[in-house]
Amino acid sequence: MSVRTTLTRSLAALVAAAGPVALPATALAAPSDGPTPSPGAATVTRAGTSFLTATTIAAGQPVQVDASTGDYLYWSFTADAGQVHDISATVSFPGARSGASTWTVEVFDGLRRRQACTAGAQTPTADKAASSVSLGCTLREVRPWAEPWSADPLPGTYFVRLSVADVPEPDLGAPVEVELLVSADGEGAPADDGELAVPLVPNTRAGAVLTDEQAIAPVDDADEGSWLDDLLPALGSRWIWTSVGGILAAVAGVVGFALTRRPRRA
Amino acid sequence: MINLRRSTTVLAGLVVIPALLGPVPAMADEPEPAEPPRVELVLDVSGSMGARDIEGRSRISVAQQAFNEVVDALPETTQLGIRVLGATYKGENKKVGCLDTQQIVPVGPVDRSQAKDAVAGLKPTGFTPVGLALREAAEDLGTGATTRRIVLITDGEDTCAPPDPCDVARELAAQGTRLVVDTLGLAPDEKVRRQLLCIAAATGGTYTAAQSTDQLTNRIKQLVDRAQETYTRTPTVVGGSSVCEGAPLLAPGVYTDREKFSEHRWYRVPVRPGQELRASVSVALDRPVNPDYGVLLRAVATDGRELVRGVDAGSGRADVVSAGLRWSDDHEDADERDDADGSATTAATDPEIVPPTMVCLVVSNSFAPRAGTEASPGMPVELTVDVVAASPTPKGPDLGRGWVLLALLTVAGLVTGLLTGLLTRWWVATWREK
Repeated sequence: MSVRTTLTRSLAALVAAAGPVALPATALAAPSDGPTPSPGAATVTRAGTSFLTATTIAAGQPVQVDASTGDYLYWSFTADAGQVHDISATVSFPGARSGASTWTVEVFDGLRRRQACTAGAQTPTADKAASSVSLGCTLREVRPWAEPWSADPLPGTYFVRLSVADVPEPDLGAPVEVELLVSADGEGAPADDGELAVPLVPNTRAGAVLTDEQAIAPVDDADEGSWLDDLLPALGSRWIWTSVGGILAAVAGVVGFALTRRPRRA
Repeated sequence: MINLRRSTTVLAGLVVIPALLGPVPAMADEPEPAEPPRVELVLDVSGSMGARDIEGRSRISVAQQAFNEVVDALPETTQLGIRVLGATYKGENKKVGCLDTQQIVPVGPVDRSQAKDAVAGLKPTGFTPVGLALREAAEDLGTGATTRRIVLITDGEDTCAPPDPCDVARELAAQGTRLVVDTLGLAPDEKVRRQLLCIAAATGGTYTAAQSTDQLTNRIKQLVDRAQETYTRTPTVVGGSSVCEGAPLLAPGVYTDREKFSEHRWYRVPVRPGQELRASVSVALDRPVNPDYGVLLRAVATDGRELVRGVDAGSGRADVVSAGLRWSDDHEDADERDDADGSATTAATDPEIVPPTMVCLVVSNSFAPRAGTEASPGMPVELTVDVVAASPTPKGPDLGRGWVLLALLTVAGLVTGLLTGLLTRWWVATWREK
């Protein structure tokens, strides 16, 4: 299924190769004016208070929630390989405050590993007189595969936590209005760069402590079904790009050869 | 040869697919018990609630109006109880006054008119035994597998300490039942705020300073709704040991534990070849600690080798500090060992029996207590364990991709064609001359 979509996508890209303009457009698309909500997306008016209770949102779905200063607000969204997510948030203060406060938006992957922001005001400070503060975080491009030891962003669930990092104590508990929007840019990633067998989606079921017998109970090795895959290489877009390149090279070769002969005929 | 053996394994594997699910996740697959969400509102009716300082109205009347609206908007399935403190004893005897807390609406399906009547009759009266009220409220909510939520609405500092309500909250949170206390303060008083913030932090709840009727109403509604949305996500309680040997064996799922300052907690997870271990841990800052802190999650082999680690550190305000890791047995190694085992056992028709690798997980923290911070009970630890199919290194051929590649190949082809053409012309010319 994913192979087929990759194939059609790359074919479409090749067919539409009208100009060389499309070169950097796929992966590095950087939003210039900040994200805008998808038309028709329902506004989310809730937020979770922990990783387990994070409210699920979709990219392009605006969030608007009343909260108290000092709350830890959690949302989660799903990311696919090749996407770049951009998170923008605004915290508005309806009442007067006693001093400056620093706000922070943090992003964690499905394994609760902290994710770096490549751009955006992740921890801005709102001075005493400010009526609102804007936060932003642009994430790295989600890789289709990474070694288990690496901390690269992978497909799966991502958690956003918005909180106040530093605030004068008398301001804790004061009402704030929070607006948040997650937007996604970018196409899918090529299939031949590996694939994560199971996306990083946290298992939220209650656990069960095993006995020794249950833990070492013989289970047949299920992993060996892939011997056919070992023989056949994964069919991905690189095959198409390279084959088309070969065809173009052959045609260009013939054209080049013909060019050298033309003056002789004339 | 190897492929032949593998294909027989595949056939054998197909037959026993139901067995693959095995005893490990079967228990976790069972649906959560259908238990309604349970919330108790704890309202302070002490003498100070008579003060008229919220939009010119008395604190109690604001609270009463908010309660009425919340009861009206209550979701059908939510079981709500109401407890009051300081509502009946008018005397000066502190000993008696500090026992003054009653449940006026028992936790259960709500009779709206009865609940409203019970709240309407309240008059600001006595002392403020917050600690005792919390303990009683936790009892009212009972024990069970799901999260219980207490919404505490008060305007005054606990006048009955000891017990300190914050210690009570921490103690209740450390008991088996998952309990969250959300607090609402009706007076802009520093001591009240500190106390309510402490109660909220100790139980993973929130603190709100209510400044208007609308805000109070909306906040209580939000908290009651939140109780309905999230109450079933409750982890299993587990007790990690101090060494890997004999540590609890964990199936995929979510667990909760407690860890003291500088303590190490060990767990074990069976991981089979071709599987990947995923683990994450969150340690909650439920008490005042020094501003810089960290958490470390390591996966260690049974012989003490470190396999991988996840680490995170922080500074300043935070609810939890989290770290996570992935680990899978090196695939080549696993295959080789597999094959070696296979050739050793002569009967190739037998389904292979692959013993799992025991991976030890150890959770440690670098929190430092502030002067006067209690060390016991330990800080809440939330551990997520998952064992999934491993993702082997992609081993496709080195092919190219992108417009630059096409341009390069085309130019290379063109140049080759031109060169070939020119060479041909030159060769034909010299041949003709000869």
